[in-house]
Amino acid sequence: MPEDCIYIARSSAIAARALAGEMMVMNSADSTFFTLNEVATIIFQAADGQTPLREIVRLRICEEFDIDPNQAQADAERFVAELSSHGILIVSNQPLVAEAV
Amino acid sequence: MIAASRKTACVEIGGIPIALSTRDQNFLDLLRHRYEGFFSSSRPEFELEFDLVSPNPSSEDDDVQVRREGHEWLLQRGDFQARWDASTGRGNVRQNSNPYSLDAVLRIVHSLILAERGGFLLHAASAICDGRAYLFSGVSGAGKTTMTRLAPPDITLLTDEISYIRPNGNGYSAFGTPFAGELAKAGENRTAPVACLFFLAQGPENRVDELPSVEAVRRLMRNILFFAEDPGLVEGLFATACDFVSRVPTRRLTFYPDARVWDEIRNFQGVPQHA
Repeated sequence: MPEDCIYIARSSAIAARALAGEMMVMNSADSTFFTLNEVATIIFQAADGQTPLREIVRLRICEEFDIDPNQAQADAERFVAELSSHGILIVSNQPLVAEAV
Repeated sequence: MIAASRKTACVEIGGIPIALSTRDQNFLDLLRHRYEGFFSSSRPEFELEFDLVSPNPSSEDDDVQVRREGHEWLLQRGDFQARWDASTGRGNVRQNSNPYSLDAVLRIVHSLILAERGGFLLHAASAICDGRAYLFSGVSGAGKTTMTRLAPPDITLLTDEISYIRPNGNGYSAFGTPFAGELAKAGENRTAPVACLFFLAQGPENRVDELPSVEAVRRLMRNILFFAEDPGLVEGLFATACDFVSRVPTRRLTFYPDARVWDEIRNFQGVPQHA
């Protein structure tokens, strides 16, 4: 999948809550539980199914943090792959419509 | 042949009265003995009819299964099978004539009712000290029963095994339950606002440590008793756990098993870390 075409959306099977400045995400299907760091939280919250991951990284990560864009993109792709493997994020090379999210 | 009429006893745990009926006098006696102190003259909110069946040795070790089928919940384990309709509040149970099956069915039904009402059952001992309830949670062997055994005479024991928690408007209240652990003694049918949830660990000295909220939620979720395969209710429980941690102090209690640990409890003046 070309990296420019990655779209991400939050799965409907998850519950997320911010508590004491940290984002907790739980997969309600199997009760697995994750805590997201600051950057991961930004990506998770921006996962609307419509904005390409590269745009999220450019607009939300690189502009806010002093980080190399290529490094930020690589880190973001690793994070997305991990959360996708746990059913937290849905990944596609097409924009994701609301019904599929 | 005319079937024996059903006899009913209303058992109120956590302020939720449930009518339990049976045609078997011996089972009724067992039930009355088991839940002594928890009978109520309140109008029942729910009803469960019990029919006794012979034990089936081949399925006695089956795991518990709780799943939704239309309006009904199906509750199943090797020693019981039950259907319960949350919309009508009525259900029936086929089980062996033993108190453990009875306890298990009641715990599951209460866990389902509580999940809809923002409460939960917690694998924890609980007790009232100076008008406030304290919860002591942990895995088996962490010290729940030890804490209750060490309690001074003025402490009211709510349970040494399964704590019953409901929201009360400002925070949460703990209620006594008849569900006993190693202590083999039912809790008192009393309630008090929860002052603190302690996660237990045994050590060389008594100390109370802060616990990050995220870790508190993680531990709380791990110790909530919930059996249903229902993502919607699990999501609701997660929201409840987060709310609980934001309103009720949660701490790690390392304790040396002697009575001095109760001095730490009595002197505890905690506030939520992240209210």
